[in-house]
Amino acid sequence: MLKVPYVTNYLSEHFAEDAYATLEGYERRGGYEAARKAITKLTPDQVVDVVKASGLQGRGGAGFPTGLKWSFMPKGADKPRYLACNADESEPGSFKDRILMERAPHKLLEGILIAAWATQSQTTFIYCRGEYAFPGAQIARAIEEAYAKGYLGKRVMGSKFSHDVVLMMGAGAYIAGEETGLLESLEGKMAKPRKKPPFPAEYGAFGMPTTVNNVETFCHVPHIIGSGAEWFKGFGTEKSPGTTIFGVSGHVVRPGLYELPLGTRLDEIVFEHAGGLSAGRKVKGVIPGGMSMPILPAGQLDVPMANEFLRERKSMLGTGGIIVMDDTTCMVRVGWIVTYFFRDESCGQCTQCREGTGWMHKIFERIERGAGSRDDLEILLDVAAKMDGQTICAFADAAAWPVQGLLRHFREDFEAHVAHGKCPFPQSFEL
Amino acid sequence: MVISAETRARIDLEIAKYPKQRGALLPALHLVQEELGHISPDTAREVAEIFGVSPVEVMEVVTFYNMFYDRPQGRHHVYVCTNLPCSIRGARGLLRALEKHLGIGPGETTADGRITLGHEECLGACAYAPMMRIGGKYHEDLDLEEAKRIVDALR
Repeated sequence: MLKVPYVTNYLSEHFAEDAYATLEGYERRGGYEAARKAITKLTPDQVVDVVKASGLQGRGGAGFPTGLKWSFMPKGADKPRYLACNADESEPGSFKDRILMERAPHKLLEGILIAAWATQSQTTFIYCRGEYAFPGAQIARAIEEAYAKGYLGKRVMGSKFSHDVVLMMGAGAYIAGEETGLLESLEGKMAKPRKKPPFPAEYGAFGMPTTVNNVETFCHVPHIIGSGAEWFKGFGTEKSPGTTIFGVSGHVVRPGLYELPLGTRLDEIVFEHAGGLSAGRKVKGVIPGGMSMPILPAGQLDVPMANEFLRERKSMLGTGGIIVMDDTTCMVRVGWIVTYFFRDESCGQCTQCREGTGWMHKIFERIERGAGSRDDLEILLDVAAKMDGQTICAFADAAAWPVQGLLRHFREDFEAHVAHGKCPFPQSFEL
Repeated sequence: MVISAETRARIDLEIAKYPKQRGALLPALHLVQEELGHISPDTAREVAEIFGVSPVEVMEVVTFYNMFYDRPQGRHHVYVCTNLPCSIRGARGLLRALEKHLGIGPGETTADGRITLGHEECLGACAYAPMMRIGGKYHEDLDLEEAKRIVDALR
């Protein structure tokens, strides 16, 4: 099956064309015009200003303003500067970066080239998760084509600017997607996140100033430079401009990718685009932005999918990975899977996270088995509160939030397990 | 020496890409494992010599990342994704049925050394669940019959 978004917009409109993944096919659709414009007609500062004015926010989960991030890079030629592309997509529920790399590797390279010009960086390291063999191969081929055409390497497009791109394949570690964990992994080490400050713009890859951006973030950049900041702000909300590629999975009729403006309502995505649930089933809960983001109950699906609205519901956009669960779902089993994952993926350097993820998983295990007590709910909340915001990186927060969300909205599921001494949801998905 | 001259030459090409030699450690381990199937302590010692680090620094990297193996594996790795979006769509039942079909327990290798079957965290195929990864290839939108057919065809 061809894996392209069911609803397309500027990012994904040509994804159904196989040739779009080749340099020739990409250029036929206007590819590399924006990079040429940036490098030959705009100064690096002008490029940063356009991206700042566009209001583009990072699409990797944190939503940090991209232009501002670029402006943190020190100026002057005293030491090398680097970019890192975070292609370590592994947030459960997220698969958009994979499809961007498979279908439009040159769009990623063009975005990288523009960002490299803007930050005057000499090399970009694309860190692609090791399991993404095919997306990685697509990127590797695109890099070769771009070098052969003079779009990478010395004197890019005949200018005085040079830029190299190196693709590194990771080896299976969720934490390598944390930006400083990624830098450690690039340096050939365990992907244990660094203490900040110093931030990567000061001390990044190999000790040099580095900007780390997500795959999708880079992919918006050629469109912004090509069509302008005002055009970009024509999509999305005032505070969250542009489109994003939402991934919809779980109990929906048409799981898949949907490129829609930020601010599109969650119920529109679930029911109109993804076809709703199968006959007779109702929504119980929806995770709006990848598994780390707190779940929303069925009554809150009227929320526009942008951080300024999701925050009011105590959740976040994250990576835009929407996981839909129907009314057969046991939320204790959901918590079991969530905490199993975080226990497995904790890098182990902070006590709160290393121990807390394991404790939470054990508690979910005994509640699901029917051996939990009412105290367990309070212990879960206590452990989550002691993890949230207490560690070197945001991984512990990401492990605590979904647990807090489950208890906020589905406390009765937990209490029913305790009261009945067994799981009261026989129809729920298997553990 | 267990690492071949050819693999060594490919490692040197990787080293040339990075500002510091050690940047090429993960790529080098991928190459070594491609040749030898796993990275034993002896192999790690050789890699450590190439990179001018201690053997334990190589082993800690090998054991930190899921895709590196410090002991022999089956000829084919079959991984079923069991994270939330896949579990919702029946991945755990599929995995258990495959274990039964192959006559092995969780994470085990078949007696003939043909297949190691395990589970993996989110592989980025959430809308195409359930799915399994065999080496670098994704098999998606699976049902049990299709999954059995695919593993039975592995030689």
